[in-house]
Amino acid sequence: MEGSRAVAEAVAMCRPGVIAAYPISPQTHIVEALSDLVSLGRVGTCRYLMVESEFAAMSACIGASAAGARAYTATASQGLLFMSEALPNASGLRLPIVMTVANRALGAPINIWNDHSDAMSQRDAGWLQLFAASNQDAVDLHVQAFALAEELSVPVMVCMDGFVLTHAVEEVDLPSQEQVDAFLPPFAPAQVLDPDDPITIGAMVGPEAFTEVKFLEAHRQLQALDAVQESADRYLHVVGRDTGGLTTSYRLDDADVAVVALGSVLGAAADVVDDLRAAGVPVGTLGVTCFRPWPLDEIREALSGVSRVIVLNRAFSVGSGSILGADVRLSLAAEQTRVYDVVLGLGGRPVTRAVLRRLLDDVLDGQVSDRALSFPDLDVDLVVRELDREGTDRPQAVTRGELGADEWGKAWT
Amino acid sequence: MSDVKLYQIGTFAAGNRLMDPSLGTEQSSAARTNAITSGHRACRGCGEALGARVVLDAAMRASEGRMVTVNATGCLEVFSTPYPESSWQVPWLHSLFGNAAAVASGVAAALEAQGRDDVRVVAQAGDGGTVDIGLGCVSGMFERNDDVLFVCYDNQGYMNTGVQRSAATPPAASTANTRAVGTRTGNAFGTGKSLPVIAMAHEIPYVATATVADLHDLERKVTRAMSLHGARYLHVLVPCPLGWGTESADTVRVARMAAESGMFAVFEAEYGDVTAVSRIRRQVPVADYLRTQARFRHLFGDPGHPEVVERLQRQGDRTIARYDLLGTGER
Repeated sequence: MEGSRAVAEAVAMCRPGVIAAYPISPQTHIVEALSDLVSLGRVGTCRYLMVESEFAAMSACIGASAAGARAYTATASQGLLFMSEALPNASGLRLPIVMTVANRALGAPINIWNDHSDAMSQRDAGWLQLFAASNQDAVDLHVQAFALAEELSVPVMVCMDGFVLTHAVEEVDLPSQEQVDAFLPPFAPAQVLDPDDPITIGAMVGPEAFTEVKFLEAHRQLQALDAVQESADRYLHVVGRDTGGLTTSYRLDDADVAVVALGSVLGAAADVVDDLRAAGVPVGTLGVTCFRPWPLDEIREALSGVSRVIVLNRAFSVGSGSILGADVRLSLAAEQTRVYDVVLGLGGRPVTRAVLRRLLDDVLDGQVSDRALSFPDLDVDLVVRELDREGTDRPQAVTRGELGADEWGKAWT
Repeated sequence: MSDVKLYQIGTFAAGNRLMDPSLGTEQSSAARTNAITSGHRACRGCGEALGARVVLDAAMRASEGRMVTVNATGCLEVFSTPYPESSWQVPWLHSLFGNAAAVASGVAAALEAQGRDDVRVVAQAGDGGTVDIGLGCVSGMFERNDDVLFVCYDNQGYMNTGVQRSAATPPAASTANTRAVGTRTGNAFGTGKSLPVIAMAHEIPYVATATVADLHDLERKVTRAMSLHGARYLHVLVPCPLGWGTESADTVRVARMAAESGMFAVFEAEYGDVTAVSRIRRQVPVADYLRTQARFRHLFGDPGHPEVVERLQRQGDRTIARYDLLGTGER
């Protein structure tokens, strides 16, 4: 079954009351399938709103959720940015909306292929962000997302790699409707627009209470760390599949080198781990399922036994550094662990087993700086040609495929 | 029901006490809901506060109190909900500036999905939240014919942010970003848009305009709109003493002059066709209307801009002709 279809089936089993969506590649197959499922009466009395923009999609979800309906949408890339004004609004209003993000690069240059720059750009929007490593994961995380959202009154984003997962046809084990119903109780909203009990939602808050509201929002986000773990435990109990919770690890227990990543690249990383283990190198992976809230302590503990960490970033902060890597460094602030911050697989460039194997070999050989952002799949010749054309110097770091080696090195020591 | 407050004794709006109560307005009723209560922080003479009160009380009566409201960012939202206070006696949701129509669509969809077909949805926004930043969502809501009454309180500018122009600001009006300085005579001609006409182009069940000068008419239109389902649009002219530079006591008078000069056409339309217009009983020269407002003061100085006043008069004449507001049958 195609990943998109599997997610659509999972969402349908969660019995949303309102779906509002606007098409964008590579999310389209999800919302097309849901449109059919709703029309076929497979989603109960669900209303499907075909809106005129992603901004309207999220806005309609806000209204639907506030009116007591389980609300769902899906988007990607520019679409996520187009709804970005409404994202902190949904979380600030504590509306438990669930959204699939079929991760895709942000333009310009326009690019429809996969990386994580869309979701990462919204990391501070107050949403939970769960990253699926496989289509099975995507299915299981969607069911859990609705339960988590409603338990915490917080919106949840389930991120799955565009095309790599959404368009991949592979075997997926869907839970039964009975299992989903047992896991996910009917939506009991914490607040609802009801003529019998009129409330004001979305009042204006000035300096006298704004900090307190945001503090409480952050406090509730951190509570999600426990809730995500408990959700995985309960899902294992009810549905019978282990989704890991905040993180997943592979052969990490006795490892000296760890690869940290999110999303589908974890599959290729595990293969490389097997290859290197066969060669006697103690390597493992740590997959971050829950990116927001950031599981600060869990990551530190998971990496406590390793001396070197390679962070695979499928997005980065232009002019600053990495995003995932910065969070990993935060977890390891008091540790001596060396962190190799690596940006690769942008805009759909495949992160293959061979690419990862070469990267790990280079790290193990001391060929990669832990004081710079490294771009192992960068076409250095192309970059140098462009610099030459512009008449710009070619710093050594750049010709090594690194950025900011000197300045950031100082900052990080 | 909250305590009754008779705001409008001594005005037409309160109705004639000798009249049969069944013919009176909702505002004259002791049992009205006060959907937006006193104590809010609107300016004195705020046309929007008056319009919203009348609209919502009428909508509450029409829906027998089974109603939820969605509000765009703007004056109405800010002056009614300074945390921890709220003026709203109806379920009320504010999300963002430009999305009230889409939020309302979501509310309507949720109610339908839950089988709560007795509960109606009313969305409210100013002209900025309707004709400018909210237009995409408004048009989408119209196009899908979602079961929402969308009410635009048009005070012809961004009053909440300090009186800048919107696409509903009339030509020649001096605003914070269209000041009459240098060779500029205020807001440019040839810009702006008529949302009622754009709404009609969507062929939705009901479109109406009204002013706070005729509250009977406004209530009747709300009642008519609430008797229908699907997308409905009500555009209410609400003078803003702050932004227009009018006396607080003159809000109703200025609104009436807007209609009677032809600068604001009061009409109804169903499925894209005009079905009724409010005739001008006593035509007022556009210049007289303009003179009531400081935003047009630069047109009347020495030497002033008589050619601009004439151009605005022609615009009023054109509106009068287009809607046959004098009842001459000449269009």
